[in-house]
Amino acid sequence: MLKVTLQQTCPIPLDVDLHCNNGDILALVGPSGAGKSTVLRCIAGLHSSGSGQISCADHVWFDSENKTDLKPQQRRIGMVFQNYALFPHLTVFDNIRLALTKQQQTNQHKVNDLLARVHLTGLAQRYPHQLSGGQQQRVAIARALAREPEVLLLDEPFSAVDRVTRRKLYLELNSLRHGLDMPIVLVTHDLDEAAMLADTMTVIHHGKTLQQGSPEQIMYQPDNVAVAKQVDVRNLFEGQIVKVDDRYQLHWQGVILELGQRDDVDHMQNISWAISPEKVILHQRVRPSRGEQENPVSGQIIDMLTLRGITTVLVALTVTNNIVIQMDVSKHVAERNSLEKGQDITMSIIASAIHIMKE
Amino acid sequence: MDWQAFEVSIKLALLTSISLLPIGLGLAYLLANSKFFGREVLEAAITLPLVLPPTVLGYFLLVGLDSSSFFGAWFVSLTGHSLAFSFSGLWFASIIYSLPFAVQPMLRSLESIKPEIREAAWCSGLSKWRTFFKIELPLAWPGIVTAMVLSFSHTLGEFGVVLMIGGNIAGETRTLSIAIYDSVLAFESAQATSMSLILLGIALVSVTIVFIFNRSRSRLVQL
Repeated sequence: MLKVTLQQTCPIPLDVDLHCNNGDILALVGPSGAGKSTVLRCIAGLHSSGSGQISCADHVWFDSENKTDLKPQQRRIGMVFQNYALFPHLTVFDNIRLALTKQQQTNQHKVNDLLARVHLTGLAQRYPHQLSGGQQQRVAIARALAREPEVLLLDEPFSAVDRVTRRKLYLELNSLRHGLDMPIVLVTHDLDEAAMLADTMTVIHHGKTLQQGSPEQIMYQPDNVAVAKQVDVRNLFEGQIVKVDDRYQLHWQGVILELGQRDDVDHMQNISWAISPEKVILHQRVRPSRGEQENPVSGQIIDMLTLRGITTVLVALTVTNNIVIQMDVSKHVAERNSLEKGQDITMSIIASAIHIMKE
Repeated sequence: MDWQAFEVSIKLALLTSISLLPIGLGLAYLLANSKFFGREVLEAAITLPLVLPPTVLGYFLLVGLDSSSFFGAWFVSLTGHSLAFSFSGLWFASIIYSLPFAVQPMLRSLESIKPEIREAAWCSGLSKWRTFFKIELPLAWPGIVTAMVLSFSHTLGEFGVVLMIGGNIAGETRTLSIAIYDSVLAFESAQATSMSLILLGIALVSVTIVFIFNRSRSRLVQL
């Protein structure tokens, strides 16, 4: 297990607390300049933070109190750099062989085994510039695994390849990881990539880790507005909680949404709330359902966008048209209901899907 | 044709460029990899012989190497002979004079190695020494060859500094460029032409070697 706590004020502020279990992929997500790569460099020993502790598999690599700060060579890490950083003057074989320990370097099978593992058999004598981006990434992974690392660090490994190759490499990493029992830390600014590959996600912004949890937790139940903004929560609003008898209501821009009985809110509390666009339910004309009575709101369609079979409908609320709510419906539902720009529709905001964040 | 002067020139150029290999590489590595106070001053000092008139540099070296100076006196007490007007003094002066020609190409080639290549080597478990010999040195090799060839050619053609520090002692400090000057003064134009052509030929061949080497290298390793 990898445990990292770091604090520093300069050159960039850091306030990091994260952990990653063996065999898990932890995605470190955040915008450019958030400090993701710096955290990775701290774990690798390429950057020393002011204070904190880094330990992996019961080995302490960094401990500011005990003045422990092992060099990268002394930490068993496998690092895949953003542009792979292959040694350009060495063949694929020698790139990998160089990362083996001296005892292992005499064993030619070891390199061949690693090459087979990343599906590069037959390319051992090529130079890095003779390889495609995807092949270069596989060499970088094989080189990182050559040291039999206690942690695998991937710094934006998919940013240097095209979309088609990226998709292939996702699948390869996913199949490769099942044979790896060390923690894997993946730095990425791509939320979809993180959600697809990672078991846990840590959101980092301005050098501070804001929340760690499963991709579902982070994307649908962000702890606070800062996390919600980082993970691009599309329906993020403000409102006030009002208690009526033993039930709670959410007063939102003149609309009253029933919350039912909840124990995470207080009377007259100002909150931010979010609802996933797929939990905004369209009142279908062709087939009215019982759910229509739950928190109905009406509005006018101002725009529609379809991507991979999902139509995102932007609706300006009737009560106050400067509020726009997004609703995701399948493309065939949009077609069956003849949704189009300028049309007035009604929707239900499902109470159980309303996620409330305290300021 | 003054073969004695030719021999002195070749010997001086060879010794100087060989001496500049470790000295230049050490300085270039220091400048490329460390941040320290006065780094710019050190780099400027190394580059100074490029812009300083050779006679000025020669004058300062002459004063500095003279047996009445601290360094000159120390050298005399150590070896028993003076640096000024000797081959050793000329050798020392040539190292200073050709220093920028050695350091600059080495520095540029070391600086052109991306930092993550070095870091990837450390993360692969290579010590700083192994990283230097296995990664940095092979990648900086074209710059090192360029540095050696340039400092050899530059030393071969130096005139002002040689005249100031070495005088014109046959077999000791009279180099080919001084001999050419003497021939011109003595109206021996045939001798001056043949010696000049030799220097021209060596310069052309050595610079061509640098270009061929760098091209073939960059074809092999596309950085």
